[in-house]
Amino acid sequence: MAQYPSDLRYTKDHEWARLLDDGIAEVGVTSYAVEQLGDVTLVDLPEAGSDVQAHERFGDIESVKTVSELFAPVSGEIVEVNDELEGSPELVNEAPYDKGWMVRIKMNDPAEFESLMEPPGYEDFVSKIE
Amino acid sequence: MPGTATKGVELAQKLIFELGSEGRRGDSLPSNDDLPPVDPAALFGAAHREAPAPLPEVSEPELFRHYVRLSQQNFAIDLGMYPLGSCTMKFNPKVNEWAARLPGFARLHPLASDEGIQGALEVMYRLERGLAEVCGMDHVSLHPAAGAQGEYTGLMMVRAYHADQGRSPKKVLVPDTAHGTNAASCAMNGLKAVGFPVAESGIVKVSDIAPYVDDDVAAIMITNPNTVGLFETHIQEIADLVHDKGGLVYGDGANLNALMGRVRPGDVGIDVMQFNLHKTFTTPHGGGGPGCGPVGYKSILDPFAPVPVAAKREDGTYFLDYERPKSIGRLRGFHGNFGMMVRAYAYLREMGAEGLKGATEMAVLNANYLRARLGDTWKVAFDTTCMHECVISDRHLKETGVTTMDVAKRLMDYGFHPPTVYFPLVVKGAMLIEPTETESLQTLDEFVDAMEAISAEAQRDAAIVKNAPTLTRLRRLDETRAVRNPILRWTEPAEPTAEAAE
Repeated sequence: MAQYPSDLRYTKDHEWARLLDDGIAEVGVTSYAVEQLGDVTLVDLPEAGSDVQAHERFGDIESVKTVSELFAPVSGEIVEVNDELEGSPELVNEAPYDKGWMVRIKMNDPAEFESLMEPPGYEDFVSKIE
Repeated sequence: MPGTATKGVELAQKLIFELGSEGRRGDSLPSNDDLPPVDPAALFGAAHREAPAPLPEVSEPELFRHYVRLSQQNFAIDLGMYPLGSCTMKFNPKVNEWAARLPGFARLHPLASDEGIQGALEVMYRLERGLAEVCGMDHVSLHPAAGAQGEYTGLMMVRAYHADQGRSPKKVLVPDTAHGTNAASCAMNGLKAVGFPVAESGIVKVSDIAPYVDDDVAAIMITNPNTVGLFETHIQEIADLVHDKGGLVYGDGANLNALMGRVRPGDVGIDVMQFNLHKTFTTPHGGGGPGCGPVGYKSILDPFAPVPVAAKREDGTYFLDYERPKSIGRLRGFHGNFGMMVRAYAYLREMGAEGLKGATEMAVLNANYLRARLGDTWKVAFDTTCMHECVISDRHLKETGVTTMDVAKRLMDYGFHPPTVYFPLVVKGAMLIEPTETESLQTLDEFVDAMEAISAEAQRDAAIVKNAPTLTRLRRLDETRAVRNPILRWTEPAEPTAEAAE
């Protein structure tokens, strides 16, 4: 698996988004974020049904090193939350693009998804971080 | 090998619940035959315990050995250098303990009349005046039980001040280098912490906050020196900007030990601040006793101060003044954590004005000495004169795979407590190092030698550092598992069955 899967889009806050059917975006954090965080110990997510704004905080992620905020890549309504992370936060470390997904957002404006970074752009962005 | 770590006999120790035996006692209480009988069930109602609590039953020597052995498994400031950053001073002078244990202080009853506790009230009054002088404030309240409660109190007074003017601004500006407690104090007060990013130089510029300052700003909270150990040089301009819009300036006094005697927060536009007595005035850090986080404030906030206040009459006697109709009220039972006030006052008097200034200068000099010497080997995060602490990172070890956490663990093998790691968040792989005013040049050099040795080890054979610590009683702990599956309660092991015993 490539470090940054080609079907995903990325943000400068190190979240990824995957386009599902019906204008729904699945959201998680990138393998770069996971590498920086170290072992994840807690993922604090909102309830399904809450609204989020692009670039605004929707939750927190805690690791043995630090606590970071999670920022939404797109605006919309959270229609599903990955409840498994509550008992098994290690899924974020083990499979950040798969079982470690966090929320699914019904997008208000699908154009927002298109404006996110594609893999080469994100890879370039990451390579410039010290 | 640099450092002071060596080997010695260390005794294993069980939990106290696993020691002793039924009926063993370490105390002898006088008989209560001549006292009137009491019916505990009637006295305590539903809270009355039917069977005795399953407490450990041990003799006095067992008890002492247990705790002394545990203390030997720990690292303490009385054993070696503790360069944890963002914690400031770690010195607990022994004379403070003598003063706080004087029977006239230690045995006071909290309900005693003002006439019966004149000495204690005088200490409170004098400590308030002394702290006010140090920080350039008009008044000080000694009530808050810790720095965090001090922040909470200060913001409550800010809120009351605005309400008194018929306003209810909701925003509190907090730089992204702020202590986590700042945002919590805002939330507890129903205010909204609005974070703003700080420029690459590490200090707040007027242009950083100008876009955020409007009529809805209740206050800005700013720590000076800030959490990366840099002096906020634009503090006066920032204060003017916020004041112009009707907001107040809250100064987080957590790092006051780098300013005392040199700069008074009250002189550079700060309206209200908290002291953390354990960070600046030698009272014990967390776990060493209760805390005390006095709040200093300008006269405009005096009507809203917590009650009671230790006050002095014209005839020279002292009393507790409750007369403040607009007060935010009472924060704590009785008069705050008085024992901490005695310790802080003892230090204040022992040092005097020149002594406090000297402590500040030594804290800053020591930090800069470490920054300069460590900078030969390690990547210094901000290449400028620092205040009481400096930030380095693991960047130069990137190719070796050795991280800040590994370095922290390896330092234990050299006999040093690790510094604060992965904080401040704005520096990747940060180590926040604070030598404090009390460490000698020899100790600082030993610390640098150890850090240089670790860097060399990482480059020669990373496994040495990755597998550390090796000399400690326990090897590297599984911190992840400890957080994911904490076991916080001891349970008695099941009785072994006959089969199992075979």
